[in-house]
Amino acid sequence: MVGNSLLLWLTFFPMAGALVAFLAPERTAKYIALATALGGTLFGAVLYVKFDAASSAQFQYVYSASWIKSLGVNFAFGVDGLSFALVLLTKLMMPIAVLASWNETRRSRAMMISFLVLDTAMTGTFLTTDMFLFYVFWELMLLPMLLLIGVWGSADRIYASLKFFLYTFAGSMLMLAAIFWVFIAHDTQNGFYTGNIASFYGLSFPGYPVFLGLTVQQLVFLGFAFAFLVKVPLFPLHTWLPDAHVQAPTGGSILLAAVLLKMGTYGLLRFAIPICPNGFSSFAPLLAILSIIGILYGAWVAFQQTDIKKLVAYSSVSHLGFVVLGICAMNTIGLTGAVLQMVNHGLTTGALFLMIGMLYERRHTRKFSDYGGLASVVPWFSFFLVFVSCASMAVPGLNGFVGEFLILLGAFQTNPYWVCIAVLGVIFGAAYTLLMLRQILFGEVTHEENKTLKDLVPREWAALLPLCFFMIVLGISPKPFIEKIRPSLEGYWNSIKATAVAQQQAEEPSEAARVIPRVQSHVWNLSEKAGNL
Amino acid sequence: MSYVLLAMIGFPLLGSIVNGLLLKPKSAMVAGTIATFCSGASFICALVLWRKFLGSESAISFVVPWISIGSINLNWGFSYDALTTVMSLFVTGIATLIHLYSIGYMAEDKSVGRFFTYLNLFLFNMCLLICGDSLTVMFVGWEGVGLCSYLLIGFWYEDLAKSNAGMKAFIVNRIGDAGFLLGIFVAFGLFGTTEFREMARQLATQSNFDLRFLSLLAFFLFVGAMGKSAQIPLYVWLPDAMAGPTPVSALIHAATMVTAGVYLVVRMGFLYQLTPDVNLFIAIIGSATALLSALIATSQNDIKKVLAYSTVSQLGLMFLALGARAYVAAIFHVFTHAFFKALLFLGSGSVIHGLHGEQDIRKMGGLKKEMPWTFLTFAVGTFAIAGIPPLAGFFSKDTILHSAMTAPYGMFFWGIGLLVSLLTAFYMARVFTLTFLGASRVDHHTHPHESGVMMLLPLFILALGSVAAGFLGVPHGLHFMPNIFEHFLEHTVPIFPIGETPVSEMAAMIVATAIAIIGTTVGILTYLKPRKESETKNPVIFLLENKLFIDEFYQIVFINPFQRISTFMAKIFDVYVVDGLVLAPGRIARGAGLMLSLIQQGVAQLYLLIMLLGVLAVFWFGLKGASW
Repeated sequence: MVGNSLLLWLTFFPMAGALVAFLAPERTAKYIALATALGGTLFGAVLYVKFDAASSAQFQYVYSASWIKSLGVNFAFGVDGLSFALVLLTKLMMPIAVLASWNETRRSRAMMISFLVLDTAMTGTFLTTDMFLFYVFWELMLLPMLLLIGVWGSADRIYASLKFFLYTFAGSMLMLAAIFWVFIAHDTQNGFYTGNIASFYGLSFPGYPVFLGLTVQQLVFLGFAFAFLVKVPLFPLHTWLPDAHVQAPTGGSILLAAVLLKMGTYGLLRFAIPICPNGFSSFAPLLAILSIIGILYGAWVAFQQTDIKKLVAYSSVSHLGFVVLGICAMNTIGLTGAVLQMVNHGLTTGALFLMIGMLYERRHTRKFSDYGGLASVVPWFSFFLVFVSCASMAVPGLNGFVGEFLILLGAFQTNPYWVCIAVLGVIFGAAYTLLMLRQILFGEVTHEENKTLKDLVPREWAALLPLCFFMIVLGISPKPFIEKIRPSLEGYWNSIKATAVAQQQAEEPSEAARVIPRVQSHVWNLSEKAGNL
Repeated sequence: MSYVLLAMIGFPLLGSIVNGLLLKPKSAMVAGTIATFCSGASFICALVLWRKFLGSESAISFVVPWISIGSINLNWGFSYDALTTVMSLFVTGIATLIHLYSIGYMAEDKSVGRFFTYLNLFLFNMCLLICGDSLTVMFVGWEGVGLCSYLLIGFWYEDLAKSNAGMKAFIVNRIGDAGFLLGIFVAFGLFGTTEFREMARQLATQSNFDLRFLSLLAFFLFVGAMGKSAQIPLYVWLPDAMAGPTPVSALIHAATMVTAGVYLVVRMGFLYQLTPDVNLFIAIIGSATALLSALIATSQNDIKKVLAYSTVSQLGLMFLALGARAYVAAIFHVFTHAFFKALLFLGSGSVIHGLHGEQDIRKMGGLKKEMPWTFLTFAVGTFAIAGIPPLAGFFSKDTILHSAMTAPYGMFFWGIGLLVSLLTAFYMARVFTLTFLGASRVDHHTHPHESGVMMLLPLFILALGSVAAGFLGVPHGLHFMPNIFEHFLEHTVPIFPIGETPVSEMAAMIVATAIAIIGTTVGILTYLKPRKESETKNPVIFLLENKLFIDEFYQIVFINPFQRISTFMAKIFDVYVVDGLVLAPGRIARGAGLMLSLIQQGVAQLYLLIMLLGVLAVFWFGLKGASW
């Protein structure tokens, strides 16, 4: 049944589920959604088993059907090491998001349909190998998320959903411009149109500055990067995130944190960097500095929050700062750390939002001041919260450590000074995480309502256990997982570097090009030097 | 044999899983028995390994892959050599005694299952720390013990002050850990690995290492040690850590975890022997810490606080030895200190238990009648730490003081060491006298009682250890016995013969002993007589009683600015600047819309007027013709 069409099943099975849920009675919708999501997880497991580790640098299970012939746009799918990791994460988080929304009574069917459509959009975004199809999925993601926040959100949901939509949409417009540029450039240089992402990797760009002293390549890079960095979100493009998270319903928050933010870093790795390697390397130091600021800034701001969800939202800014730093390290170790950190952040922050949702369901408040002393009332809940917090603040032996460690190690080889500052994030990360634990769990029980809280119910156990299981597995033994995608990680920068060199040679040397300092070659040299240290 | 090694590490983990996740027992007897059994099994494994190890030269090791990508290969590697032998024997041994003691001490507590879970988990991480064969695996245990320390300090979490003390411990430790991490990164840069044996091999066989990078590595790792082993400026967490139950203070915050920093430096001895600048720095930090905290200890009134500052002070002495490259002396003091400091803490726990929670030594006195066995064992501990021969502290402290002379500015460090010895003898005599001797100042409603056999048995064994342990490492100056300890470690730890010193070993020993006796005598005589409160209010004592206001200083210099910056960021910068810029386009668009809407009010006359102006303008420009 699932042969070469595995990726189609992964992508469109949820959509089929959504259709069934649409026709089904209101009350059964959530069961259909859960079954569909679990089916998706099953497809994910099949993918994990069948994925060929040795050739993870290439696209596998390629499916392609002609879509718009005259423009070379195809209905094309393929999976390589990078999308493999993130698709698995998506498929793991889906049932958990559904379980977290189990008790929603308002229009629960519509909510479940939103989840399933979102599933298709997210999976499609990761799996497609066609740039136009990517854009379609990318925009398709916005709609269900907009609905989730705007319909099932909290008091300020309209403001938050509009801000989320407009902010990311503004980014998308710049990306669309960049897409058009490379699309037309491909026709100019090769004589035909195509949507195939990989064929854009060899584009050459004019080497002279065209606008504000920036070359075309840098501009195209910025066009892509802006869309993706808003999604990440990189400081200072993050302010939509706390609003969106605080207002979103639990399931929405889980998917937003676990999967949607990864779209940003995935897009960087899939589009912005391979298409414009020289553009990237000229901005890499700037991005690295912004990511370090984000690491510290996110932690500092998180420390002051009075709303639990806002604290976790800002902690995401900090954690995703690590991911961008790992990418800016431009070496295999940093990239591995970044990919692992993407998955890890999905697991831990997803679990944190899940647990905040459990509190919210019981008490209908997210203010720290309404809690305190829960450790003696709900011991299992407290155990899991401490456990997940440990993973989040990168206690070794759990998943968070492996990612952060590799990121910092990789970045250290590129620029030790970055790391000397970024490592402070490890301290501040402990500070806000422990503060959260103290305010929720420790002290006397001060509120009468908190004295009768119920501990975890089976549904909540079912949602938490798989997450915690993978936190342990990825912490103690990430090797099998890394082995699955090893060639794609180890080959990544080599091919980028090759493209960069080829592009530099293809560029017309002009008067202006010599005047502009060639930052990129400086950076490549730097990372080579550090490698020799 | 590697399976015995795994079993030694694994048993405590098993115990914490059984207690914490599977059984969750409510009774101290059940939970304590499981935990003590697992700890004891771990100790037996350590004994077996020791016997096996004596027969073979090669280290026992066990390796499982962890992370491997690109140029790095990280393993879960554990190995067992002479240094690990020493550490694991006393760590698991003392841990077992303290587990046993805790059954009695924690009998009344309602969440005793949780207590033993953490205690076992701690032991597991400690075993990881001492058996790890690379900096990375060691770091796993390093953070793990820190986590357990956090959980145990804040064990009585309903009291927010205790919970805060745990937080403080973890965060201050994380500062050190950040240094440790940077050290690991530098090690990767220099050696391409963090495995101890491989690093040592490269350092021994290759000569192209830049001393600056080696010093940097040594410095970063020492920052980690400063956090874990409570050295200036990161010592402030340890006195607060006394908020935890007393067995925890004995095990984690006196005998084992806090000595991890010393262990780290000794383990990396092959590196530190090459970095004189860092060594001098270590000696300065160590001696300053030893002196400062000994001074503070003389004026604290909480029995556990005195012992806590005493621990900081003794750790300082160990670092002084490390600075003088006397690695064996430092580890030997770690070893003997574990006995008498655990003894003193457990003794104080017995007193606190007998007085139903009273910790203020001004409200004790004359307890030797009610608690004869505690009194006796506490006396052994007091004399041992003061350095009265032939108790354990005498031998180990003497070796440290003697080797301090070999450091640069050796006589200066020796002098500080003597001063610390004097203060140590004095404050320990003070605590001892105020607690057990003289007239009783115990509250009339409290009826002191001696502790049960479950708590006394560990005291006896530790007292025995405090008497006997010293004979394992008899200094070379005293010829009556070989130095077994040094001989055992000679292939694992770099040893530098002390050689000629300005003051001969025998003379130094006599001076040190005399000082210990003077300090003890003065301490006992001063505090034997009842004292009036008003006598003690001079400014120096006021300063010392308030711990020199270091905590307040940190509050003003570090914490308050951090709070202010983060408040500014969260409440003003993020809202008005970052988000303000984001919202600006929207605001501008809306503002422009509002302005334009002013002229679209549906007033026909206005439209006509504008139209007229427009037509005139077209004519005007049309007549001007080509000018635009």
